[in-house]
Amino acid sequence: MSAITRDEVAHLARLSRLALHDDELDQLAAQLDVIISAVAKVQEVAQGDIPPSSHALPLTNVYRPDETHQGLDPDQALAGAPAVEDQRFRVPRILGEEA
Amino acid sequence: MAYDDVVRAYEPVLGLETHVELGTASKMFCSCSTVFGGEPNTQVCPVCLALPGALPVVNGTAVESAIRLGLALNCSVASWCRFARKNYFYPDMPKNYQISQYDEPLCTDGHLDVTVESADGPREFRIGIERVHMEEDTGKTAHVGGATGRIHGADYSIVDYNRAGIPLLEIVTKPIEGAGELAPEVARAYVRELRDLARALGISDVRMEEGSLRCDVNVSLMPVGGDEWGTRSETKNVNSLRSVDRAVRHEMERQAGVLEAGQRVVQETRHFQEDSGSTVSGRSKEEAQDYRYFPDPDLVPVAPSAEWVEELRATLPELPAAKRVRIQSEWQLSDEELRDLVNADAIDLVAATVDAGAPPAEARKWWLNELSRRATETEVPLSGLPITSAQVARVVALVEEGTLTNKLARQVVDGVLNGEGEPDDVVEARGLKVLSDDSALGAAVDTAIADNPDAAEKIRGGKVAAAGALVGAVMKATGGQADAGRARELILERLGVS
Repeated sequence: MSAITRDEVAHLARLSRLALHDDELDQLAAQLDVIISAVAKVQEVAQGDIPPSSHALPLTNVYRPDETHQGLDPDQALAGAPAVEDQRFRVPRILGEEA
Repeated sequence: MAYDDVVRAYEPVLGLETHVELGTASKMFCSCSTVFGGEPNTQVCPVCLALPGALPVVNGTAVESAIRLGLALNCSVASWCRFARKNYFYPDMPKNYQISQYDEPLCTDGHLDVTVESADGPREFRIGIERVHMEEDTGKTAHVGGATGRIHGADYSIVDYNRAGIPLLEIVTKPIEGAGELAPEVARAYVRELRDLARALGISDVRMEEGSLRCDVNVSLMPVGGDEWGTRSETKNVNSLRSVDRAVRHEMERQAGVLEAGQRVVQETRHFQEDSGSTVSGRSKEEAQDYRYFPDPDLVPVAPSAEWVEELRATLPELPAAKRVRIQSEWQLSDEELRDLVNADAIDLVAATVDAGAPPAEARKWWLNELSRRATETEVPLSGLPITSAQVARVVALVEEGTLTNKLARQVVDGVLNGEGEPDDVVEARGLKVLSDDSALGAAVDTAIADNPDAAEKIRGGKVAAAGALVGAVMKATGGQADAGRARELILERLGVS
């Protein structure tokens, strides 16, 4: 029995802009469930006295001085762009959303 | 629905989310320059372009600025907090997420007091501050093709990432209730006060016209006497103080119209239209969990020590509210005079002019009259005029020492605004000095007497008041440069009545 539902996969697919067929939704729901179950095993091992962590290193306050360095020149920056126009990255039109 | 009817039937509840772009030299997580207006994609690097393997490192000065603003807003500063990834698919961020803070903001639970004019005199409102958190700005997209230059109907978009990664602070208010009909003014006063605060702290140039201060306005209505909030709309693109006011007012009227028609207000993002003062519907608001926030594993926690926070608190400058109180008392201003200064955004400019040696009354007069007029004419903010407080103080000093008349002083100001250099340079180059030495004035006085025999005769006969006409003639002959007092003395002397 899958704990990840087909609807949840469809929702994630929409957020990720992936067009998935019905059979793919079923397949991925099962696969994601395996992954989640595997990760959940870690939670079984970690007792309540171990706080959740987002980082492997026991570090805080790693700061950079506020200094500027020259980065990439525009040719370098745009070298990997699939399309370029007016020294800008050209991207497909964005439908249905505006930031 | 007319505004008066709206506020009779409904009580507005506001929420303001303001973004302040910090004035640090480098970006939030990399060393690219933050200078405004560069050629596209010239201020980018592997970090802010999200090239594989690049890792962000926090700009310490940005954290300091965030703490200082938090303290000035009477917030608590977290002893430990993290950055989070806000995931979304939109090409204004090449990472497919924006680094922000989510459930662990740096500063929480403060307030900012603002004053607005009401029919019963000034009223003070305490605006609760929910949080101040750190994040990074996004790149700039432009939409190509289609009729409107907007997304709908566009063929494709082009993106400049110079702005992507510039440090931003987001300041979120608690719900603002009880403002009633004053809600638009309260919203505007809050954004103004926040702007002045950020400017006083020196953390941002807070130029709304350049986008370094941006405001999103949340508005909902509930029936007067009710206690259940209505559905809110969030209006973006509110890019001037005047627009804050107009956006709130428009949303109150629009939502009241919807409710009066027996319909429901839709929770959505709307866009403010500067030209019409109205709002149009954008996308429906994505639910917060759709951003799939999680702590950014590339960054370590920010844990400001209590010592550091106290050190920053101790070195906060004089804040705008305290400055207003001090200035009103020192310069002995009425409430109205103070309000004029505040509304003209002139308080810092006048104060700096006074610090440079000008008497407060003269400094106020120049900034509120002549210079305000020039600013309006050239459509720049007062602080954007190409004249410094020190230069204004020098012009005032030249008038006080008698080198310039007020009329000549205005010409000097013209010259300075025109890029002709310092006031003394303009006086020299344009030959604007008052003529007060007797040899130069004497000839003009003699001519005036010769040209006006009737007036001269009256004066000889003891009618000293007639000297005004001759002084006028001298002023005219010298193009306004004569020292009127000295000219009068010379006239009386020559006609034997002094």
